[in-house]
Amino acid sequence: MTQTHNGKPEQERFYQILDEVKDPEIPVISIVEMGMVHQITVEGEMIWVQVMPTFLGCPALEMIGNSIRERMLEESDLEEVFVEFIRDPLWSSERITPIGREKLAGFGLATPSMDRLGQVECPYCQLSGTSLVNLFGSTACRSIYYCRSCKEPFEAMKPI
Amino acid sequence: MSHETNSLAPEQLTEQQHTVLVDWLTQLADDEFILGHRDSEWLGLCPTVEEDVAFSSIAQDEVGHAVFYYELIQELEGVSADYLAFQRPAHERKNSLLVERENGDWAYTIVRHYLYDLWDQIRLDAMVESRYTPLAHGTQKMKREEYYHLIHFQHWFARLTGCGGEAQERMKQAMEWVEQDLDDLLDIGVYESDLLSWGILTKPPTEMRSEFYSQYEDLWKDISDLSERMIIFSKQASKGRMGQHSPALASVLENMTEVIRFDPNAQW
Repeated sequence: MTQTHNGKPEQERFYQILDEVKDPEIPVISIVEMGMVHQITVEGEMIWVQVMPTFLGCPALEMIGNSIRERMLEESDLEEVFVEFIRDPLWSSERITPIGREKLAGFGLATPSMDRLGQVECPYCQLSGTSLVNLFGSTACRSIYYCRSCKEPFEAMKPI
Repeated sequence: MSHETNSLAPEQLTEQQHTVLVDWLTQLADDEFILGHRDSEWLGLCPTVEEDVAFSSIAQDEVGHAVFYYELIQELEGVSADYLAFQRPAHERKNSLLVERENGDWAYTIVRHYLYDLWDQIRLDAMVESRYTPLAHGTQKMKREEYYHLIHFQHWFARLTGCGGEAQERMKQAMEWVEQDLDDLLDIGVYESDLLSWGILTKPPTEMRSEFYSQYEDLWKDISDLSERMIIFSKQASKGRMGQHSPALASVLENMTEVIRFDPNAQW
């Protein structure tokens, strides 16, 4: 097995396991690609996973916590998995990985530009002639846009 | 000065600090919880389908913020967040009178929420560097979410006040109704000086209030040509923060606790 930078090949393995835990509201992307995993610590037979919630009131958190526990217990020989949702550091939409962004676009979800409500590129035709229809979308983390070029409505992650 | 070494740790609070913190967190939690519930009452009834979507998101955010505050109380008091949300009687609730009022018309709904959010922004700003670090971290997160609420209500406020006619009349009427509850909203209870001296708040409440009222006066300038208008506040004694509420709160509580009263062990 290859050594990771901190000399812990097991870390790499744990991240691979967590890469199979999906956000139930956006099933194409994993919590690793969303940039939600802060730290994984092993203490004896126990593993401690620290996760940053995207929104404080996100109703998917409990499901995400349960999936992390299930996957970890199935895929490793650890006895106990402890999941903690932390608020320091804060999750930001800038933490979404490049692969994560590609997957979101394939799902029809544009990824935010940090100039917030500025021009958002259409995930279907990649043109930027889009307009904001509603700041609020089908989940707490999305807004609704309309593409004037390909005439498709689409959603975008709120930059936060 | 290092922020970390200067912080108030949950396990090192004195008895008085504990009392003051729980009182303050209860005000914050109850405000967000009751307003979030009022927001959710609009679902299916909003003037446009976009607003139905917006109000469901906003309600979800506010209730999420309430859960955050209730969980901080849970850590200090050892009572569950669900108990705090659903099983306390009205006289133990510390929300402001403004958030418990019935939704009324769309104008009242927009004005109430906008003014609440303007105050909430000032309140959050006074907590993002709180010495109570769990509070500082949570409020930093909330500020990023509330940014979107503020833009939304700012936009509605400008649209409805700028179009003249019946809409503007109703907005003025709504401003007058909301104004009667502003002192109660801006009241932060009996421990104001302790909150400041212990650094739970980092801005003097008197400054917070004058900041709010100066924004409020600017709003009036935008919608009324009555330049001689004097803002007269009722200066009523604190009610909501002392657990004294209007019948509207009792009806909200009755509605939201229907399931738990029917089956206290219900799971979903």
